Amino acid sequence: MTRPSRYKFRLYVAGDTPNSALARTNLVNFCQLHLLDRYEIEIVDVFREPGRALQDSIFLTPTLLKLSPSPAGKIVGTLGEAAVLAQVLGLGSFTP
Amino acid sequence: MQERGVSMNTRRGTPATAKATTCPSKAATGIAGFDEITLGGLPRGRTTLLVGSPGSGKTIFGLQFLAHGAQQCKEPGIFVAFEESSARIVANAESFGWDLVQCRQHKKLYFMDAQPLSDMVQSGDFDLCGMLSALDAMQTEIKARRIVIDALDVVLDLLSDPATRRREIYRLHEWLLARELTGIITAKADGDEGTAQLHQPFEFMQFMVDCAVILSHSVSAGVSHRNLRVQKYRGSSFDENEAPFLIGKRGLEVAVMRVPGRVDAEVSTERVSSGITRLDTMLGGGYFRGASVLITGFSGTAKSTLSGAFAAEACRRGERTLFVSFDSDCSEIVRNLASVNIQLERHVKNGRLRMISARSIAGSAETYLVRIKTLAQEHRARCLIIDPVSTWYRSDKDLTSQSVADRLIDWSKAAGITLVCTSLLDEMSSRAEGDSSLQISTLTDTWINLSYLVQAGERNRGLSIVKSRGMAHSNQVRELILSDTGVTLADTYAAGGEVLMGTLRWEKERAARIASEAAEASTKLKRVKLDAEEAELMVRLKSLQTELTAKQVEKELMASATLSREGELSRGRSQMKELRGADIAGSGRK
Repeated sequence: MTRPSRYKFRLYVAGDTPNSALARTNLVNFCQLHLLDRYEIEIVDVFREPGRALQDSIFLTPTLLKLSPSPAGKIVGTLGEAAVLAQVLGLGSFTP
Repeated sequence: MQERGVSMNTRRGTPATAKATTCPSKAATGIAGFDEITLGGLPRGRTTLLVGSPGSGKTIFGLQFLAHGAQQCKEPGIFVAFEESSARIVANAESFGWDLVQCRQHKKLYFMDAQPLSDMVQSGDFDLCGMLSALDAMQTEIKARRIVIDALDVVLDLLSDPATRRREIYRLHEWLLARELTGIITAKADGDEGTAQLHQPFEFMQFMVDCAVILSHSVSAGVSHRNLRVQKYRGSSFDENEAPFLIGKRGLEVAVMRVPGRVDAEVSTERVSSGITRLDTMLGGGYFRGASVLITGFSGTAKSTLSGAFAAEACRRGERTLFVSFDSDCSEIVRNLASVNIQLERHVKNGRLRMISARSIAGSAETYLVRIKTLAQEHRARCLIIDPVSTWYRSDKDLTSQSVADRLIDWSKAAGITLVCTSLLDEMSSRAEGDSSLQISTLTDTWINLSYLVQAGERNRGLSIVKSRGMAHSNQVRELILSDTGVTLADTYAAGGEVLMGTLRWEKERAARIASEAAEASTKLKRVKLDAEEAELMVRLKSLQTELTAKQVEKELMASATLSREGELSRGRSQMKELRGADIAGSGRK
């Protein structure tokens, strides 16, 4: 068993639009299922912080960034497919 | 029933009048020709859909619209690049001289790189809210009034179903309208105009936007043709026809057809010399200022020489002149014309004459026209020479060249530029005089035809004025004579129904001279003879007069002699009587 690492995510959402709300739920569900409490999620609402979207070049919402551990990853969408999520986040060993 | 009809009428009528009164104001694009087609530019505060096949010039159109807004209209703009990176777009557009880099630095333009990255993974549905938020931030910062969203299709293709795409288009459109941005959304279409197949959501978008412009790009006979068509424009009239355009040195240039109802160009009665004194005389003073002159002729009939003479004369008057040659290099023309004493070199040197060898310009007739127009405007030319215009026909075997020639004439007239163009006649196909390949002869004001006359083993050049509108002109064919002292025209001899030129004319002239000398001599001789006869008669008259006087004297003498004799006789008789003593009676009885 490898040393469990801590996962840092940043999720850009557009307020409570359906896609964004769905992504939020999907992400939290996924993390709770696979990462237990080894994760942090930062939520950025581009409606409230349009400057952030501009700065970080976030044009499609929702967008999920995996900040650590490296390599960084980027997923756009509602994050409905757990398999895709697991693959991009480097959690290949986990099977939903 | 009737009431409904009336109400329908009013309903139909009201929006039209409302539109007319509250005609949307327009945002100039700065694209030559396009603003004329749309009578001012794109609808301000509304969205325009710009559709075209790949490489048809959509991005350049958008950039030019933004650059013009930022520099000329104090309207900052945002460019959203979904396909190409902004760095590449700016670099590619550098050659147009729009100074995009400076605009960026002064925060008049902002480029947003929104290309979906290759490492981006998609899982499920998404929307454009992120982009709109970012745009909001940007818009507040630079106070943008214009926006171009380039290649929206790229991002929409990522969306799974038509309904979602439609939703995002709506979202975008509403955002644009709410901020009253004058926007362009570009999208690719497959295939050429006519068969253009828009991606499904854009088909629907055409109904939504206020203005739709279609760009197309096709190649016929190896020559590229670009066309632009305004498909719809809510609340404004516009030219619905397809207009050719090209990507020139300073961006897009759209060729505008003559707009009906445009004020006619000011007509001048001023005459400008053709450069050949005798030709001016034939034309009754020269060409009209602003007129278009066509010189047709086979190869080698001195068309270039004639146009060169015009150029030299124009420069001598101090008028800026543009000489566009399609078949020779400029230096060659200068050298060749110097041999007939048409000196162009000094005019070239002092900048009055600009000579362009257009062999280097490749492309359609449209390309030529736009290039020539640009050059003429740059040079501020008052006289324009195109030698020969028939090249256009060669490169462009369809109707466009005809319309290009029409527009050339039209444009030069409107600009008050005196236009001289030559047209090469095809020696094989159109022997008949005046079969001008471009058929622009109907539009030109003056048409001069140069021809060869082969006679007695010589080729001589003949010049005739086929037509010249609005001026009396000679109907005679003249001989065009080129010599190292210059170009001039000579009268031709019409003998036995034939026109004589060259040596034959010279012989005829010499014969006439000899004949006239002989006639003069014989007259002299006759005069001398007559003088002699007169003198003789005078002498005779004198002698006769003397004789007459003598006779008269003689006659007088004779009369007086007779008288004295008679007196003598009577006296003698009476003396005798006295002597005989005869009586009076006796004498009386007797």
